[in-house]
Amino acid sequence: MNRLFLFLPLALFAVMAAYFALGLRENPGEIPSQLIDRELPAFDLPPIQGHETGLASADLAGEVSLLNVFGSWCPPCAIEHPMLMQISRSGVVPVYGIDWKDPPGAGTRWLERNGNPYVRIGNDAEGRVAIDLGITGAPETFIIDRAGRVRYRHVGVITEDVWEGTLLPLVEHLQAEDMP
Amino acid sequence: MRQMLAAMLAGLMLAGAALASPGPEERMEDARLEARARALYDQLRCVVCQSQSIDDSNAPLAADLRAVVRERLLAGDSDAEVKAYLQDRYGDYVLMLPPVQGNTIALWLFPLVVLAGGGIAILVFVRGQRRTFMAGDDTGEGDDARARALSDEEGLS
Repeated sequence: MNRLFLFLPLALFAVMAAYFALGLRENPGEIPSQLIDRELPAFDLPPIQGHETGLASADLAGEVSLLNVFGSWCPPCAIEHPMLMQISRSGVVPVYGIDWKDPPGAGTRWLERNGNPYVRIGNDAEGRVAIDLGITGAPETFIIDRAGRVRYRHVGVITEDVWEGTLLPLVEHLQAEDMP
Repeated sequence: MRQMLAAMLAGLMLAGAALASPGPEERMEDARLEARARALYDQLRCVVCQSQSIDDSNAPLAADLRAVVRERLLAGDSDAEVKAYLQDRYGDYVLMLPPVQGNTIALWLFPLVVLAGGGIAILVFVRGQRRTFMAGDDTGEGDDARARALSDEEGLS
């Protein structure tokens, strides 16, 4: 009996090691979005320089859509851009953009150079809408359902894998959903 | 030498203080509001650079969050309301100190449990030691017999 007691520290160590090993697989840097299954916060953003229309939260209602937060100052956004162009060309889902904290004209020039995948773009020069959306960095992408609720948020670059494996199936699932 | 080191350290510390955000342009006119804003900056996490408060961080998003804090204070929010405003957008993560609630109770209680467990273990060990010492046959009879047996073996007596 007493001998078995000596194995207690080893058992405790094993339990803790297993717990920490599980913890290592998580990404503590990713702050869970508070918006999931909530209505998209209301906003009405002006257009970026040289564009006619801005972006309001009401523009996203009635259809499943992608809302992408980007900035010309953000290197990962440039990496993500070709994927957004491809999604836009495929016509599966409309892509909306929020140009986050760009100096005047920078976003416009960036889109002229790289192509414009967005149906409409809002100019969030002060970054206040980004805070309402709980943005922690660019790029971030939301999937909004037909009722205007946020259903998913992706932090970071949309890679081919993320699109094929996660976002596209979800978009198709939401498009098949009955109008609530 | 020691004086020089001290001077260098002091210089470094001053440089650090000068570099620390928030900058002077962020100061609020009302000194009482400024003091509350400062206290709040210290309790709110910069969501990009997560181990810093927005008081420590130079990140643009931290500056934006400080602006929100000031705006809410000017709008007449209480400290708790300012925190709730950001919690609503960023969740509990935005607070430097996790709130005591259902999903964090283990986090808060774990150190106490470990401390109590260690205390009990020490108590049990000490009492066990004392018991063997007390209960040991120190009448000498057993010892004598054993000693005799040993010395017989070695052919001493």
